[in-house]
Amino acid sequence: MSTPSPPPHVRLAAGTFAALLLLVVIVGFGLAAGSRDLALSEVLNALTHRGENDASIIVWEQRIPRTLLGVLVGAALGVGGALAQGITRNPLADPALIGVSSGAALAIVLGSFVFGVTTLAPQILLGTVGAAVVGGAVLSLAGYGRGGMAPTSLALVGLSMSALIVAIISVMVLLDAQTLDEYRYWLVGALAGKGAPTVTVVAPVILTGLLATLLAVRGLDALALGEDVARGLGVRVGGARLLSGLGVVLLTSTAVAAAGPISFVGLVVPHVARAITGPRHGWLLPYAALLGASLLVAADVVGRLVVRPAELQVGVVTALVGAPLVLILLKRSKMAGATL
Amino acid sequence: MTTSQFAVARSGSSLVIRACRGSVSVLVRPRTVAVNLGLAALVLALFCVAVAVGTQVLPLGDVLAGVVGQADGGTTLIVQEFRLPRVMVAVLVGAALGLSGALVQGVTRNPIAAPDVLGVTAGASFGGVLVLLAFGGTAFGYGGAAAELSQIGVPLGAVAGAFVAAALVLLIGGARGVGRQLTFSTQRVVLVGIICHAAFIGLVHWGLATGDVDQATKAAGWLVGSLHGRGWEHVSGVATALVVLFPVALVLSRRLGPLALGEPSAATLGLPVARSQVGLFLVAFALTGTAAAAAGPVDFVALLAPQIARRLTRTPGVPPVASALTGAAMLLAADLVARLAIPGTELPAGAVTALVGAPYLLWLVIRSQGGTR
Repeated sequence: MSTPSPPPHVRLAAGTFAALLLLVVIVGFGLAAGSRDLALSEVLNALTHRGENDASIIVWEQRIPRTLLGVLVGAALGVGGALAQGITRNPLADPALIGVSSGAALAIVLGSFVFGVTTLAPQILLGTVGAAVVGGAVLSLAGYGRGGMAPTSLALVGLSMSALIVAIISVMVLLDAQTLDEYRYWLVGALAGKGAPTVTVVAPVILTGLLATLLAVRGLDALALGEDVARGLGVRVGGARLLSGLGVVLLTSTAVAAAGPISFVGLVVPHVARAITGPRHGWLLPYAALLGASLLVAADVVGRLVVRPAELQVGVVTALVGAPLVLILLKRSKMAGATL
Repeated sequence: MTTSQFAVARSGSSLVIRACRGSVSVLVRPRTVAVNLGLAALVLALFCVAVAVGTQVLPLGDVLAGVVGQADGGTTLIVQEFRLPRVMVAVLVGAALGLSGALVQGVTRNPIAAPDVLGVTAGASFGGVLVLLAFGGTAFGYGGAAAELSQIGVPLGAVAGAFVAAALVLLIGGARGVGRQLTFSTQRVVLVGIICHAAFIGLVHWGLATGDVDQATKAAGWLVGSLHGRGWEHVSGVATALVVLFPVALVLSRRLGPLALGEPSAATLGLPVARSQVGLFLVAFALTGTAAAAAGPVDFVALLAPQIARRLTRTPGVPPVASALTGAAMLLAADLVARLAIPGTELPAGAVTALVGAPYLLWLVIRSQGGTR
């Protein structure tokens, strides 16, 4: 580390405030921008007086649910990624690597293929369960919870599990065009058209997950030093590990089930946040939540603006923006220790 | 040194053959030779079975007669127009994938760094899907010029996509001027490759969500990798590429041995390290692109064939020829299973390689974990 002492708390607190302000501004853009732009006064007016005029309907029925979903999913992906990288000590860990994305995909395709489930709420529920099962399986097969887990074996197990699931999915999808049609819109990763019901399903789960992870903060800091050191420091490793493992699976699986396998947010955000805060999870997790939410809503706004009146799905934007961002991080060697 | 043309010396369990007064020498491992012969026999046997078996099973005599054009019209048609080109594409694509996997794993010294993982296959996928979306769908109608265009265009798109991905991965990941000399970090290539893979997969998903459902179905089918309906034009394409690339690969793969010792040691031995690494990557990625152009992005052959070959030959490094033969046998067997598994329907061969390959990889990982603890 180039900075020998942790940055002063005053600076980090001010930074939290700035990040919050950034999120508010971006959310403002999220409410105002779109195929029909609204002036800020129109947005404020619609927010304070819910009525029957166009602006009010657009804001309340379309943009508020969409932006809220973006905030929730972005925060969940940011924190989930930070936790995943923390507990696996693998700088590449993100929802895709630990198998959560493919687990949700499998459950959603199975739901459509076998049971004909095409409505949103059961789909999200199915996706969350599938993601949790596969994510848990990958973590435990890779040796999580049985002492030493080599970062390499996590990557390998995650990779082969995802490949297996993708193969199963592609067979089902080839046999049934209807399933493909359902699946491909989820697969690309989008916040559009999900509406208020999704938010009401997702919000309690993600908020619970975010709060629960705050309880694991101290254990995580100790775990980052390695299990033996943590045990030597007198930390109850088992509890911290269980809580943070559950937190990762819960947060990322809900986010992926609701919005699709959005890439790079869970990977990039923790690295950016860590560059600001250093390794302490007490600061890292709030920053990851705020920055993740800002990044996802901003990407959604960009996707709405670049090809107007059509839209670029948020998953495409994060892939196109995220890949260069990770490459810049690599260039600055923040991830130099990463291995496959 | 002896003055004769050839000299043979023993070195451990292997033989060293020297020619031209020791200026050319080859290390031959009897076990590797035996494994290669065995694999070649397996490929030949699978080849014969694959030509003979299908919706109509032909006796071996008819197959041979059909190959030389001496059987009755129907049999000759089946053998020469449908089965032979398809089976030959399977052999050639499998060999190309196995070889490219061996080169990538050898140069990165990483057992799972295959072109599938490094974004090159994903780049080919995106290229092919783009062309399918542009020309292959209902918007342009089936048949006619558009269909012709997509017949030629999809392989070209796949090659172009693979080339773009390879260039990105090598340019961003590889070259880094440190001090006096250009160095090349294979570890960064792997990292950048994973990132490019994720980005290209994101773009492929966007492509799938953008077209209409017919285009999406077509693209999803192509993306799995299949040998269905492959004709002589595919054979000639892959064969041409292999004729050029295979010898280059074999010559370059002789540098894998010194490279396996690590870059500093290889440089001390007088090897132009960075140039060798770039050359090996380029050949491997060209092979991947060729394979994807002919059969679509088939997963897992490039990843697993070298691993299986290495376990068979028990060599310290990845054996290129054995990997190519293993790849050919894998894809032949996969296509056979794909044709026969569900009577009446045909699975894509790529689905079979993934359905069998992924659990095998999982098992390898879990078993190696048990071994280290």
